[in-house]
Amino acid sequence: MTFDRREFLKIAASGTLLTAFPSIAFSAPELMKKKGPRVVIVGAGFGGATCAKYLRMWSDKKIEVILVERSPTFISCPMSNTVIGGSRSMQDITHQYKALGKKYGVKLIQGEVVAIDTAKQTVNLAKGYLKYDRLVVAPGIDLMYDQIEGLSQKIADEQIPHAWKAGPQTALLRKQLEAMADGGVYLLSIPKAPYRCPPGPYERACQVAFYLKHNKPKSKVLILDANPDITSKKGLFLSAWNTLYPGMIEYRPNAMVTKVDAATRSAKTEFEDVKADVLNVVPPMRAGKAADLAGAVNVDKRWCAVDFLSYESKVQKNVHIIGDAVAAGLPKSGHMATAQAKVTAAAIIELMNGRQPDPDPVVNNTCYSMVSDKEAMHVANVFRFNVEKQAMVSAEGGGVSEKYSEEEGSFAKYWANNIWSDVLR
Amino acid sequence: MKACTGIMLALLFALPASAEVDKRARSLASTCAACHGTDGKSVGGTAVLAGMDKAEFIKQMTSFKSGQRKVTVMHQHARGYTDEEIEKMATYFSTQSRGE
Ligand SMILES: Cc1cc2nc3c(=O)[nH]c(=O)nc-3n(C[C@H](O)[C@H](O)[C@H](O)COP(=O)(O)OP(=O)(O)OC[C@H]3O[C@@H](n4cnc5c(N)ncnc54)[C@H](O)[C@@H]3O)c2cc1C
Ligand code: HEC
Repeated sequence: MTFDRREFLKIAASGTLLTAFPSIAFSAPELMKKKGPRVVIVGAGFGGATCAKYLRMWSDKKIEVILVERSPTFISCPMSNTVIGGSRSMQDITHQYKALGKKYGVKLIQGEVVAIDTAKQTVNLAKGYLKYDRLVVAPGIDLMYDQIEGLSQKIADEQIPHAWKAGPQTALLRKQLEAMADGGVYLLSIPKAPYRCPPGPYERACQVAFYLKHNKPKSKVLILDANPDITSKKGLFLSAWNTLYPGMIEYRPNAMVTKVDAATRSAKTEFEDVKADVLNVVPPMRAGKAADLAGAVNVDKRWCAVDFLSYESKVQKNVHIIGDAVAAGLPKSGHMATAQAKVTAAAIIELMNGRQPDPDPVVNNTCYSMVSDKEAMHVANVFRFNVEKQAMVSAEGGGVSEKYSEEEGSFAKYWANNIWSDVLR
Repeated sequence: MKACTGIMLALLFALPASAEVDKRARSLASTCAACHGTDGKSVGGTAVLAGMDKAEFIKQMTSFKSGQRKVTVMHQHARGYTDEEIEKMATYFSTQSRGE
């Protein structure tokens, strides 16, 4: 290779070099020489950032933690639907990583993980590699664009957003709604479960309806759901739709979108062709690519099976998987990702001290859904490890709100502020 | 999962003094942080659990479990924990400082 250093960094940063010439990865330098016990974490979302913080806190800073994240800021999916509805701004859901370094001594590297060698226990970034004793992979989800004809990352970024990773697509969808004429049709297509955040799509329908009701009251929200029914808080969502947005939201079950046409703004299901003014097509999803790099994707070629005492991969030693990427009867939520992150942090500390992890982990989850600018409702559950089933199962308790309310709208806000702080500060 | 002992030994690090903490209690208490803040130090809106009187904590949790205190969500959480676990959390939270 005869690239000069600047050229190398430029190409490497574009992410294409390493795939084209994998051997480069191994001539790259070791970044941050490993001196003591170390955990490298891929992805600083809800799961990864929480795991980093708690590993430092609970090991009394005895374990070195390196957190690799491609994005310079943390943009929260929770509450991102209210940005689309107009009651919050992008700034409200954008948070900084600084405190993880300052307060907890987490070493944050901004960059893309492009290769993982689980035999050598190394993680490659474009500019070099890191050694690890244990690896935590928390990559969230990737969208499976190839499952929908006519859709691609580029078309999603520019014309048919999914906005299922909070960021530029969230802002784009909001702009498209603002540009839509009164009387227009907004189409939301929901993939078959499992997908990230079961109530998320129905909350989004509420938020779009909220905006339209107050600004473009002749418009319609059309939901094409690949599932046979509303997958979460059905009664509560139906009551919100009927009471707050009567006649505005049309719901069609068993309607899987298989094809889109960006030019004619249409979507196709097995039964019909639908035209709309704003298309919000959420494709099926799978574990983020970093899980493949770690060789840990072993369920339906989409998700990762783990040991629920430590979240260690069932197929890769010293590799822990947390968050949406995990195959489990657990909701794929930010709240759950943080819960898994803590079980994992505690387990890693035990394992690195030659002891066994807690045999009876307990986690809980709550998903609030904002049905307007002020009102919310929730679903809550506690889950415990079941030895016979080797799975996390619902404990006693659990349930949903009696009704959406302003009181719970406030609690949803408190939840968001506290979880953002628990993850990042 | 039993890992190779040779590697494990290389990873051992000195146990900090705070190894005295009841780690089970700490883990259980951490499941409340999404709404009540890290170590119960709520950053706003919800109750600060850090430094809460042990008996009062147990009384509240018991009244959530029984349904005696009408609430939006806490009954659904409290019922998922055993009395022993609630006792452990009560001890843990009562020994946390109320925050910066
Ligand atoms: C519209 C919407 C609303 C939602 N509302 C809620 C809610 O109210 N409550 C709730 O609990 N959950 C909610 N969720 C779900 C929640 O956002 C996810 O479950 C949560 O983000 C999962 O956490 P994670 O750590 O697995 O993934 P993420 O939070 O997505 O984090 C993964 C991180 O890894 C990084 N990454 C991936 N690959 C690499 C790589 N190769 N190199 C470097 N970095 C990499 C990504 O940039 C990302 O920052 C919602 C989701 C959506 C879409
Ligand atoms: C989803 C958010 C959420 C989670 C998770 C949660 N709480 Fe709460 N907590 C609340 C809310 C909201 C209230 C007010 C009562 C209500 O409406 O349920 C509350 C009230 C309380 C109170 C009463 C405080 C007072 O002084 O009145 C206690 C004690 C408490 N919670 C303990 C816990 C414990 C212990 C956990 C973890 C096992 C926990 N909470 C997890 C949201 C939560």
